[in-house]
Amino acid sequence: MEPCRLVATDLACRRGDRLLFRGLSLALDAGQALQVSGPNGMGKSSLIRILAGLLAPYAGTVAAQGAIGLLDERPALDEHLPLGKALAFWRNMDGAGEPSQQLGLDRLWHVPVRYLSTGQRKRAALARLTDQAAPIWLLDEPLNGLDLGAVAQCEALVAAHCAAGGIALIASHQPFALPALTTLDLAEFTQ
Amino acid sequence: MSALLAILRRDLSLLLPGGKRGGTMLPLLFFLAVAMLFPFAVGPDPKLLARTGGGVIWVAALLAAILPLDRLFAPDLEQGFFDQWALRGIAEEAVVAVRVLAHWLSFGPMLMLAALPAAALLGLEGPALRTVELGLLAGTPGLAAIGVIIAALTVTLRGGGAALSGLLLIPLAVPILVFGAGALSIGGGSGIALAGAISLLLVAIAPFAGGAAIRAAREG
Repeated sequence: MEPCRLVATDLACRRGDRLLFRGLSLALDAGQALQVSGPNGMGKSSLIRILAGLLAPYAGTVAAQGAIGLLDERPALDEHLPLGKALAFWRNMDGAGEPSQQLGLDRLWHVPVRYLSTGQRKRAALARLTDQAAPIWLLDEPLNGLDLGAVAQCEALVAAHCAAGGIALIASHQPFALPALTTLDLAEFTQ
Repeated sequence: MSALLAILRRDLSLLLPGGKRGGTMLPLLFFLAVAMLFPFAVGPDPKLLARTGGGVIWVAALLAAILPLDRLFAPDLEQGFFDQWALRGIAEEAVVAVRVLAHWLSFGPMLMLAALPAAALLGLEGPALRTVELGLLAGTPGLAAIGVIIAALTVTLRGGGAALSGLLLIPLAVPILVFGAGALSIGGGSGIALAGAISLLLVAIAPFAGGAAIRAAREG
């Protein structure tokens, strides 16, 4: 995997007239995983979007070395297409070959995305993420809607990703089983 | 480049007739319906029809171009496509440029084809029909570009977005209409050339205006 690093310095995030957090710094090197925890509405998703470069921070800087993969509540798969074709669009874009991770999805290959359940969509989005082969994974509530088996699969995927020299940042209020997972409580950075 | 081709293929499969982003034959049928109703409304006077028919075709084309606007960007923004493209380093400008092309392909050529039966209904012949067709060829890319800009600007509006984007498009489309339809009365190429020039300008602006609008919508 290509060398990767994710550094954020002194981030602050403002939504509307609320300052969600400030003075947040983090640095992740290859192989490291960090869980961002905190109650709802604390800015976990905003932090993920800032780190991904999709949202401008109110203050502070983000420096990322290596491609970024994002998993959030929107799978970015065409609703009317069969799952296999919808995933093939991104595999084609990422230059990936055969589907690298089936995640128990092969049975669903011909099912249009709009008929998939919440958990199945999440698994499909995970498949899209693994196919992308980006060294930095930003996961926003990756376990939402997943059943116990799929939770274990997801944790194993992230563990394998970090073992291969990737970075994972997980924003979730649910426990995430991962060796050497550090945590960062967003509540410490509210004023 | 191959990524943009993949995006174009996806856009076309969504926007072309039979595509999934709903009712794509609608603009065409709407266009033909207007051309069909007009003679009933003004009466079967061939001279009057021949003099006004070209303008009616233009107005019908403009209104038909408005119909698909609310589906141009909103679903992709909601489903996270633009986020994923941005993460892969594909600029919003490039995606928007591709969409101008796809949007034009989804209604421009078909309107030019549908202008043939419409011209028959309105009693347009020979040179007038030729002027209408050339004018549409010159003007519809500009209509597509305006449509894409407006659709990107109104992408975060829910509910009334379609009606509002239609209202916003109409004043911006006036120059194209003036020169495109105006070419009929003066019977010359200069109007068509000016409509084409405005089209080119709009097509050149659209990716940047649309890209900035999409980025602003994502920040919101």
